[in-house]
Amino acid sequence: MARHVLLIEDEPNIAAAISFILSRDGWQVTTLAEGRTALARLRADRPDLLIVDLMLPGVGGLEIVQALRADPGLATLPVMMLTAKGQSRDRAAAEAAGVNLFMAKPFSNAEIVASARALVAGP
Amino acid sequence: MGMTALAGSRLRERRLLLGLRQADMARVAGISASYLNLIEHNRRRIGADLMEKLAAALGVEAAALAKGAGDALINDLRAAAGGVGTTAEIEPIEDFVSRFPGWAAVLGQTQRRAAQLERAVAALNDRIAHDPHLSQALHEMLSAVSAVRSTAAILAETDDIAPEWRARFHANLHGDSERLASGAEALVAYLDGSDQANDAGIASPQEEFDAWLAARGWHLAGLETGEGVEADLADLASGAARGLARDWIGLATADAAALPLAAFQAALAEIGPDPARLAARFGQPVLAVMRRLATLPGAQAGLVICDASGTLVFRKPAEGFVPPRFGAACALWPLYAALARPMTPVQAQVATVGRGGRAFIAQAFCQPDYPLGFAGPELRSAAMLMLPAASTTGQPLRIGATCRICPQQACPARRESSILSEASQSDAAP
Repeated sequence: MARHVLLIEDEPNIAAAISFILSRDGWQVTTLAEGRTALARLRADRPDLLIVDLMLPGVGGLEIVQALRADPGLATLPVMMLTAKGQSRDRAAAEAAGVNLFMAKPFSNAEIVASARALVAGP
Repeated sequence: MGMTALAGSRLRERRLLLGLRQADMARVAGISASYLNLIEHNRRRIGADLMEKLAAALGVEAAALAKGAGDALINDLRAAAGGVGTTAEIEPIEDFVSRFPGWAAVLGQTQRRAAQLERAVAALNDRIAHDPHLSQALHEMLSAVSAVRSTAAILAETDDIAPEWRARFHANLHGDSERLASGAEALVAYLDGSDQANDAGIASPQEEFDAWLAARGWHLAGLETGEGVEADLADLASGAARGLARDWIGLATADAAALPLAAFQAALAEIGPDPARLAARFGQPVLAVMRRLATLPGAQAGLVICDASGTLVFRKPAEGFVPPRFGAACALWPLYAALARPMTPVQAQVATVGRGGRAFIAQAFCQPDYPLGFAGPELRSAAMLMLPAASTTGQPLRIGATCRICPQQACPARRESSILSEASQSDAAP
């Protein structure tokens, strides 16, 4: 069965690119452009991995991670967070909230694929 | 403890003169950089042991750091000697001062001027690192670069890409490169334009005052205890900023007396953050209550105050609400609705736009003042309290900081174009 990743990214072109490279790597990719429906989607889909942007309109990446870590069914879901430079304070907060790995923009496609694989393979 | 407090400023001055980084000096002294930062801003007392270590790190005597302001000239001269190496004779420095008081004063002034300039440079550095305009614009560019890099790699590395995907990625590349080009142009224009503003702004007393009050958590604890805040004033480099601070201290002292902390907090817990009701309870002006609400210890609320020209004279940011550093603010702020209708409460649900935007309840109120009586001019003072809200219901008023950095392109109140392009437009770019 294909591994399933939920991608929450408000930049449509970045979402398209990540979605493409992960699909080529054999992932089933679902994308969301904003965070409001994230939790409901996570509970319904039960993906193997969440990739979420730190800065999102409406509900931000940090809030999503905090909420999912508080949900017993999602507490162990691996989370990769996309960040940009200059957000060190937010990043520290996200780390405390339970993000497993940070990916700084601009990232390389190979990094994304390798990190996604590593995250679901476990520590 | 005025003496100890000033020692922090002297430490900082000496460290900057020697060109030592805060982190390096903290390591030598065996403390954390953030603790050293607190010490340097006179927010922590320094024990004798630590003072010895810090003095050793700076190559001066602990006594010189701990001494009161009476020896300011000698301190300046020692600093001057430290700044150029060890060729100056440190020991007979008192002799020098007594025999050549004129020369000593000249040297001391030159030294102080150099220290001031060092501070200005340090402040400028700090500002470049934290300029919200710049960081938003760079964030935008970084997003576009990410999309370009990832998309270009796909096109370059995938041999068997389906034609419709190839077409889509080509279109995305085109859209993102257009966005990058206009973003880079706008950024250059902004940096060009802000040169003059920065020149004027280095010494902007308003900014110096803002930073000073922000460093104290927007709350002057010394006013509540009756200890006073004279020692804090010493941290302000310019006389103009000290003047602003004195004005604020005057207001805050009156507010603290009329709205005593414990009683005010009790009333706040009972009736909630409604400035008009709190004002009625204490028989005080609404504006005083708004100032008090925003400057309670740990208060999350933002506060902006403007005069009749709309110029912001007080700017306390909140998470998700950053008033512009200079220039005019967003014309949609309820603050300006209140300014046009004195003595009428204006309340609105607002959402700040852009990345990191948040929901707020904005409460604004304007009070006219007639300092010269009936025959004199009418002055106005309007304040807007920004209370963070968990969420908004219905359609909140979408407000920005100022047009230059506002992503809301189709805004009826827009007066100049933004340096940001709306992220969602990139897809539809021609």
